[in-house]
Amino acid sequence: MQKSLFFDFAIRNVRLHWFRSLLAVIGIIIGVVAIVSMGILGNSLVLAISDSLSTVGDSVIITPHAGGMGGMGIGGSDDLLTERMIEQIRRAVAPDVTIPIYSGSARMTIGTEDTVGVVYGLDPDDIPILLEVEEGALLKGESGAMAGAKFAEDNELKVGSRITLKDKGSLRVVGILKERGMGFDINPDYGIVVDGNWYQKAYNQQDYDMAIVKVKDLSRIEQTKDAIEKQLNRRETEVDVIDTKAILETILTAFGQISTFTTAIGGISLIVAGVSILNIMMMSVTERIKEIGVLRSIGTQRKEVRSIFLYEALVLGVIGSVIGGVLSIFGGYAISILMLQTTEYLFVPSSLVYVFYGIAFGIGTSLLSGLYPAWKASNLNPIEALRHE
Amino acid sequence: MSTSPGEEAIIRFRDVTKIYPLPGGDVVALDNVSLSILPGDFIAIMGPSGSGKSTLLNLMGCLDTPTSGTLFIKGRDVGSMTDEEQTSLRRDHIGFIFQQFNLIPLLTALENVQYPLILKTGDRTCTERCIEVLKSMDLQDHLFSHKPSELSGGQQQRVAIARSLVNDPEILLADEPTGNLDTKTGSSIMDLLKDLNERKGKTIIMVTHDPGVAKFAHRTIRIVDGKIS
Repeated sequence: MQKSLFFDFAIRNVRLHWFRSLLAVIGIIIGVVAIVSMGILGNSLVLAISDSLSTVGDSVIITPHAGGMGGMGIGGSDDLLTERMIEQIRRAVAPDVTIPIYSGSARMTIGTEDTVGVVYGLDPDDIPILLEVEEGALLKGESGAMAGAKFAEDNELKVGSRITLKDKGSLRVVGILKERGMGFDINPDYGIVVDGNWYQKAYNQQDYDMAIVKVKDLSRIEQTKDAIEKQLNRRETEVDVIDTKAILETILTAFGQISTFTTAIGGISLIVAGVSILNIMMMSVTERIKEIGVLRSIGTQRKEVRSIFLYEALVLGVIGSVIGGVLSIFGGYAISILMLQTTEYLFVPSSLVYVFYGIAFGIGTSLLSGLYPAWKASNLNPIEALRHE
Repeated sequence: MSTSPGEEAIIRFRDVTKIYPLPGGDVVALDNVSLSILPGDFIAIMGPSGSGKSTLLNLMGCLDTPTSGTLFIKGRDVGSMTDEEQTSLRRDHIGFIFQQFNLIPLLTALENVQYPLILKTGDRTCTERCIEVLKSMDLQDHLFSHKPSELSGGQQQRVAIARSLVNDPEILLADEPTGNLDTKTGSSIMDLLKDLNERKGKTIIMVTHDPGVAKFAHRTIRIVDGKIS
């Protein structure tokens, strides 16, 4: 009960000096909005990036070691994975699936238009593991092809359309693939997927350009990687092995750091707001020295005087932070539209949690700023304070 | 009044010296003062400015502690009390009346009177006693909800006296209580104090310049250069 008396004091003083209090509150609002909007932006950025990366990090990608392969003399051409190497990988990673892939790019004619696209050659049995069908059917037989989502869109391809690959022959589109996003392994969105055998014949290429191992148990991804390295790179580095999980983590860590950095910039404005609260609280203490003297002389304890000023800082902080928290949802909305052209990452828990962080930081900063003035007020000498005019 | 011999002094100074260290040299505000005040006394302290009147009153009000010597208030040694204990003593046993009235500008007349009672009891609903005390100060009801700035000097002093009385203290300390009032208002305030002394048995110690005001007291202490003369 007694506490609410001092709370009352604080409220009345805030009201009495409403303009000054308003300025301090505006400072806190700006600080909270800045810190929350930056936090939301950073988080949305991370979410947007991780959404546009197709791989969930369950793949190990094996590519021929760049350079220094020729000396081995295995297979016909340099920088490819031979059938023997694929077999070695299969044995090393069993029971996980190994998918050998041909990849290249080709000039194509669609209707009367000429275009360039990526061509992937895959065993039809492996296609469902890597890719999803949006429209039509999966690839069966050598005369068909599946078109990537963007490629189909750009070239107005439909199921049944024909694609001519110059001298290699003509293929019928049997299916359109679902958009996959940027991947670390293959990016069929801007190209077509054909039967591996057809690719082999058309380009007269026996060996594969890359292989992907899908790891079922993510915790074993490191071991899988090591097993492949052991098999193939024992004497000489023949292949490069990367796992998408590591890449994904590196990228997400980098964006996480960017997000922390932008939030810290928002934090600076909150510190500025804290200084302004400190300033007005000091003004408040200086103006009320005589009143403090009276309060002390008629029996107000030091801690009670302290609480009056802490409540005042708290009131300013809570008002500013709550308004700031509400406004920062709009701020986050605006900045998301502006920077990411979408707000789908705004109303997710990991973004909205920044609103609470912001409010908590706002209130904390205000209280911290109120500490010194409150301490100063409570330690005034009552006699000198009474004499003060 | 209750000044029967042998009764325990409510305030007792024993060889009290108060020295203020200043950059230009120490100032001796009180020099070996010994003094006893019995319950129910009404004392006027007079003296030229700078003589140590205020220091004497501040010491009695537990706002300050002696540099040397001992000061007992209600039998307790003020010098050995913590700040919190001194503050509680002021709150519960001493009423202050100031020349400048010193009401709290944020609070209404009634709330100003309530304030010390809330400090003591923690109960914010205690309006009855406060209204009763305010009424006994001859203050009209409609002024209770006014802020100090909306009251005349005499009205403010009546509110201030009501505030000093609300916790029913034994000691009232008044620092030039009529100093900011016209003669007529001043004498009605003095009547109030006299009445409190005579009928409620309050011990009153009052600092004043005005010999006319000092006449209300039972005895007058004259102080010159920190010494009681």
